[in-house]
Amino acid sequence: MEHPDRTLSRQLLIVNELGLHARSAAQMAAIAKNAAAGVWLIKDGQAADAASIIDILSLACAKDTTITLKIDNPADREILDRIAALVESGFGE
Amino acid sequence: MSPEQVGEIRLTGISASSGICIGKAYLVDRDGVDVVKRYLVPKERLNDEIKRFKAAVKKAMNEVRSVIDRTPEDLREHALILETHLVLLKDKMLYNRTLDIIEEKRFNAEWALRTVVGNVKGMFAKMADPYLKARVADIEHVSDLILRNLVGANSIKIAEIDKRVILVAHDLSPSETSQIQLERIMGFVTDRGGKASHTGIIAQALGIPAVLGLDTASRIVKNDDIIIVDGSEGVLIVNPDEQTLLRYEERRIRYERFRAAMTRDSHLPAETVDGFRLKVMGNIELPEEVVSVIDNGGDGIGLYRTEFQYLSRSDFPTEFELYDKYRDVVEVMAPLPVTIRTLDINGDKAVSYMSGEGEEANPALGLRAIRYCLKKPQVFKTQLRAILRASAHGNVRVMFPMITSLSEVKAAKRLLAESAASLEKEGVPFNRGIETGIMIEVPSAVVMADVLAREVDFFSIGTNDLIQYTLAIDRGNQEVAHLYHPLHPAIIRMLNHLSKVAAKTGVKLFMCGEMAGDPMNVPIMLGLGLEELSMNPRSMPVVKSMIRSLNREEACAFFRKVLEETSSAEITRLIQDSYGGIVSKKFQVPVDGNEW
Repeated sequence: MEHPDRTLSRQLLIVNELGLHARSAAQMAAIAKNAAAGVWLIKDGQAADAASIIDILSLACAKDTTITLKIDNPADREILDRIAALVESGFGE
Repeated sequence: MSPEQVGEIRLTGISASSGICIGKAYLVDRDGVDVVKRYLVPKERLNDEIKRFKAAVKKAMNEVRSVIDRTPEDLREHALILETHLVLLKDKMLYNRTLDIIEEKRFNAEWALRTVVGNVKGMFAKMADPYLKARVADIEHVSDLILRNLVGANSIKIAEIDKRVILVAHDLSPSETSQIQLERIMGFVTDRGGKASHTGIIAQALGIPAVLGLDTASRIVKNDDIIIVDGSEGVLIVNPDEQTLLRYEERRIRYERFRAAMTRDSHLPAETVDGFRLKVMGNIELPEEVVSVIDNGGDGIGLYRTEFQYLSRSDFPTEFELYDKYRDVVEVMAPLPVTIRTLDINGDKAVSYMSGEGEEANPALGLRAIRYCLKKPQVFKTQLRAILRASAHGNVRVMFPMITSLSEVKAAKRLLAESAASLEKEGVPFNRGIETGIMIEVPSAVVMADVLAREVDFFSIGTNDLIQYTLAIDRGNQEVAHLYHPLHPAIIRMLNHLSKVAAKTGVKLFMCGEMAGDPMNVPIMLGLGLEELSMNPRSMPVVKSMIRSLNREEACAFFRKVLEETSSAEITRLIQDSYGGIVSKKFQVPVDGNEW
């Protein structure tokens, strides 16, 4: 986050009915955990660690919330893609 | 245990229930019922502590996995939450933060985890979304799993205490006390509370020692420390040396021998030397306590507190549940009277489902007892119907608490009549002539006693509250607990006024407060012309024995002298001078100390 030029980010819309609840957060965290550096979920200027269910839940993202997904290290681009795909697929619900 | 070893520590608090016990401390956490140890880990053991935490998490994960594996295929949907728990166990905010705290602050793993969980819980509690708010339960569950593996096989909930221990707590609320399996508790030690606090009363009823108002005990005592509780002297000794241990063990045996000797004569009637018979009754809270009233030769139940059935549950008890409990007591005591006091819920005894109705700044002066019941006539009528039903099985009296005015008595009696009429209509048997009485525990009721007497069969003086309200002393506050004087001349004058009203109107006069259970007060009780004294069952043998050694005529003359005194100190001295001899001869435990 300190080096915005080196981070990649993407805007995403939460489409699943339940929003980012415990199970969807768990799926996201499971992927983010493999990242080399920080993966961040940002809603209304508030950032949460995408590798922590608790932190994700603390953002309280309901259906139709727009969030920004950010990575600190370009090496984690694949992680970013996978999480983006997961969110867009509605977490397979 | 904790790494820092300390020598013998002696603390002085309020003696809330007499007796001596020696045993292991069981610490109840400040926040409630979980027990979490807290200590600093020495630098060289930090790595071990981290390993210990990791192992506990790993074990918890294995446990969750095995539950998932054992879940049948068609129920796998339900196992999804367990998958979430699995991930939560290793969640950064939980797992990594705890490790950070162990390393940075050198807290033990249990305490570090607790700190982290506390923060997370705080974060979720603020959320508006009910779904997310409810996730706290998942986090708590997961942290409980880890905690259980950290502290070993021993359970961590107060309700599951499975060994004989001495309970040490910052404070115990009635709902916490009601969760404890009391037969497993040897004694109570708390930082807060006084003689007449709920914990103190429970301890007296169970006849186990309690030292309360110790301020710092819960911080000084560690789990499993050997402690001595001297409830007679109000002393707590932590980590006693061998000599102290020996001395107290001897005192404990002497005390118990004395107690046994007292109880031997307790079946004899409480009759004075000059043939006046005073009834000695028991105060009970649980139906199980009836046994001790009978064992101690009680003449009935002078106060059956009914709050317990309303505590620690999420709904109100039904008429049948209540009836069932009351009937148990009534049948066992018959034909002796059982005085059932209607619901006296107050701030200190708040029921979970009532708490949503807003916190009161001053619960002792708030919506409690009869005020609450008159505001919730349905709740009240359910209880009244249960009491009336029980009256078919023995000798039942009904008693209304916290009466302050004539209109309250009339309103309560009207609801009682309505309840009776509804039972009548349904053809349910009950005693139509049920005796009705009120607690006299608010100064306004004392002043209005002559008027109130026209409405009821009996008055029962509740001295605990009467003293609290008259002297403006919060009996649970150790800052002022020493100002709580039952023998304050203002109280004596009030009692004298009630005695005169009773003589003039024919209303029966009883007492059911703590004051009635102190043998030193017996001469005053005789002088007042009370008909019944009701007390915790353990006090009955001593009070009865005192009554048997006194002369009523003399006591009446003595009481006139008491009325002339102008301070509690003078009154205490007068009793001491006139009756101290009898008391020490009769009740003093031989050899050192003058404990009872």
